[in-house]
Amino acid sequence: MAELTYLQAISDGLRGEMRRDKRVFVIGEDVGVYGGAFKVTLGFQEEFGPWRVLDAPLAETAIVAGCTGAAIMGMRPVAEMQFADFISCGWDHLVTVAAKQFYRAGTPVPIVVRLPSGGGFSGGPFHSQNPESSFAHIPGIKIACPATPEDAKGLLISAIEDPNPVLYFEHKHLYRRIKAEVPEERYATPFGKARVHREGDDITLVTWGAMVYTSEEAAAQLDDDGVSVEILDLRTIVPWDREAVLESAKKTSKVMVLHEDTRTGGFGAEIAATIAEEAFEHLDAPVKRLAAPDTPVPFSPPLEKAFIPQVDDVVAGLRELAEY
Amino acid sequence: MAIAREAEPVSSLREIREAGLDREDLFGIYRSMLLTRGVEERGHILYRQGKIPGSFYTGRGNEAGSVGVATAMGPDDVGCPLHRDMGVHITRGVEPWRIFAQYMGREDGPTRGRDGNVHMADSQLGLLAMVSHLPAMLPVAVGCALAFRIREEKRVALGWFGEGASARGDTHEGMNFAGVRRLPVVFICDNNQWAYSTPTHLEYGCETLADRAQAYGFEGVVVDGTDVLAVYREARRAIEKAREGGGPTLIESMTLRMEGHAVHDDAFYVPKELFEEWAKRDPIERFRTWLRANAEMTDEEEDEIGAGVKRTLNQSMEKADASPLPDPSTVTERVYASVEDLDTPHHK
Ligand SMILES: Cc1ncc(C[n+]2csc(CCOP(=O)(O)OP(=O)(O)O)c2C)c(N)n1
Ligand SMILES: [Mg+2]
Repeated sequence: MAELTYLQAISDGLRGEMRRDKRVFVIGEDVGVYGGAFKVTLGFQEEFGPWRVLDAPLAETAIVAGCTGAAIMGMRPVAEMQFADFISCGWDHLVTVAAKQFYRAGTPVPIVVRLPSGGGFSGGPFHSQNPESSFAHIPGIKIACPATPEDAKGLLISAIEDPNPVLYFEHKHLYRRIKAEVPEERYATPFGKARVHREGDDITLVTWGAMVYTSEEAAAQLDDDGVSVEILDLRTIVPWDREAVLESAKKTSKVMVLHEDTRTGGFGAEIAATIAEEAFEHLDAPVKRLAAPDTPVPFSPPLEKAFIPQVDDVVAGLRELAEY
Repeated sequence: MAIAREAEPVSSLREIREAGLDREDLFGIYRSMLLTRGVEERGHILYRQGKIPGSFYTGRGNEAGSVGVATAMGPDDVGCPLHRDMGVHITRGVEPWRIFAQYMGREDGPTRGRDGNVHMADSQLGLLAMVSHLPAMLPVAVGCALAFRIREEKRVALGWFGEGASARGDTHEGMNFAGVRRLPVVFICDNNQWAYSTPTHLEYGCETLADRAQAYGFEGVVVDGTDVLAVYREARRAIEKAREGGGPTLIESMTLRMEGHAVHDDAFYVPKELFEEWAKRDPIERFRTWLRANAEMTDEEEDEIGAGVKRTLNQSMEKADASPLPDPSTVTERVYASVEDLDTPHHK
C-alpha cells in the first residue's frame, strides 16, 4: 500500500491500464507535453509516445466522436475533458451516438470520458459544474463519481474494462486535498455497489463525490447531539445501488440525499422517489433533499459558498430530520 | 475561381482497366446500381402499402456516387454511409431482404426494429450504422481512422455527408482533426443540391465544398456524381493515397436528389427544369449506355442482369415479410453491452 492523493490514484490506475493493454490510449487538450490541465497524465507521453497520448485540437466533438470511432474499431480510448463543463460541446456524440449505438446497432462503444468537475475554488459558471444528473437521464451511459483515492483507481479500471460509454467524474476539489492508502496491485471496483463511508443507526445520508467529506464533518457534529448518521457513498450513479440505499433507509427510517449538483431534476430526486416508492412504510420522516440551488455556479467566494452545500447546511438538515 | 481539382470523366474501357476494374467488375457495378434503385423502389411500394412505419427516404440520383465509392473500398476498410447511400450497403453485400426487414421494423433487420429506415448497417461488412443527426458520423469515421493510424494498419475509413450538413461544426471538427493528424480517411460529400428544401447558396458561401479541403491541409476533388466510373476512379485514388499515409481527401460528388427529401415531400420547391435536366443524366442509364458502347454489353447480358436483380428483389420481399416483428417484452434488453458483446468483427 502506498499513500496517494486522489489525483495520483487516477494517474496510477490509468498508467497501469495503459501498460497492460495496448488498446488503451489517452486523448484530450494539453494531455501530452503539458500532462493535462491538472497533471493527471504528466509523464505519460514520454512513456507511451505521441500516438497513445494525443494532444487533441480544441474540439470536444472531434475528441468524443474520435473516441467513439476508435472504440468501435477495437481501441479503449480514455478522453479527458479539460473541465467537465466542456462536455456540453461533445454532448451529441455521447448522447446521440455513443449511448445509443449498442441498442440500435448492436455495436458496443467502450469509451471513458474523464471529467474534472465540481466547485469550491471560484471557478465560476463554466469551470465548476457537476453535470452528472443530466447524463444519468440518458440510457446507455454509465456514470462513476469516486470520492476516495482507492475508488478513484478501482473505478477507473472498471470504467476502462466496461464495454459501454462511461463518464468518470473526478472532483477537482479532491485532487490534492484527499490522500489515502491505495493498493499497489490492480483491482477493479465494481459499478453499482455503494460504500458505507460511516456506519450509523439514526439517519442515512446518501451522497457521492466531494459531498462525502462534507457529510463526514456534518455527521461528526451530529454525534455530539447523540444522533448517529450512516453515510453511503454511491460511487456510481448509473448504475446505482438501490438495494444498499433501501436497506439503510429501512434500518434508520430517515434519509437525506445530498449532492453538489443543482436541485431540480438532480439525481437526488430519483433516489428520493425510489425510497418513497419502495420503502415508504419504513420511513419516520419525508426524505430530505439537500443540493445546490437552481442557479448557475456563481464566481465570487461568498456567492459560491452560498451555492455549494456547506457543512452547516448539512448539519441543519440532519438536525431537522433528527427532530422530525 | 474554384481551388479544388475537377475530375475528368472516364472515357474508355482501357482507362478503367488501368483503374483496376475488369468487365465482370463493371457488370457487378451495374448490378449493384440496379439493385440499389430496385430496393428503394420496392421500399416505396411497401410504404404505400402501409407496411413501413415512420418515414421513408431514397437516394435516387445517387446510385453512381454510392456504388462508385463503395466499389473502391478495400475489404478491411470501413465506412459510415448516410441516407442517400443505399448503394454502399448493397455493394458491401448486405442481403436486400434484411433491408426490407429493417424498413418494416422486423426482427431480422440489422437494427432488429430498434431503429428505422436507413439507420442501419451490417458491422460484418465494415459499416457503421448512421444516426439521424447530420453529419455526426463524419468525425466518428475520423475516429476509426485514428484507430488504424495508432495501430499502424493499412486500413482506410470513409465518412459521408451531405452539402447541407457541411454547415455543421461536426464537419469542421472532423476534417480539421483528420488534417492535423493526416489520418487515413476519405470524406465524401453527396452534393445533391438540396438539403430538404434548402438550396446550396443558403448552406455555404464558397464556390465548391471541395475547396474547403485546402484549408484543412489536404486535397479536394469535385466529381460528376452521375458518372460511376469517374466516382470510382477518384475514390480509389483517394483511398489508396490514404492507405499509403498520404492523408485525407475530400471528394465532392455532384448530383441531384431526384425525389423529395422523403416520401412525404413532393419537392415543389425544386424547379421542374432542373429535374428534367438531371433526368437526362440518370446515373444508371448513363452507365448502361457506357457499357453498351465501351464494354460491348449484349442484350442477353443486360437482360440477365436485370432479371437477376428482379428475382432477388422478389425473393427478398417475401423473405422479409416472413420475418417477425420484435417481441415487445424485449424492449428493455440490450441497453448496456456486456463483455461478450465486444466479440464483434469491429472489436476483434
Ligand atoms: C443535426 C440535424 N439537423 C436536422 C436534421 C433534419 N434533416 C434530416 S436530412 C436534412 C437535410 C440534409 O441535407 P443534406 O446534408 O444536404 O443531405 P441530403 O438529405 O440532401 O442528402 C435535415 C435538415 C438532421 N437530420 N440533423
Ligand atoms: Mg443535400
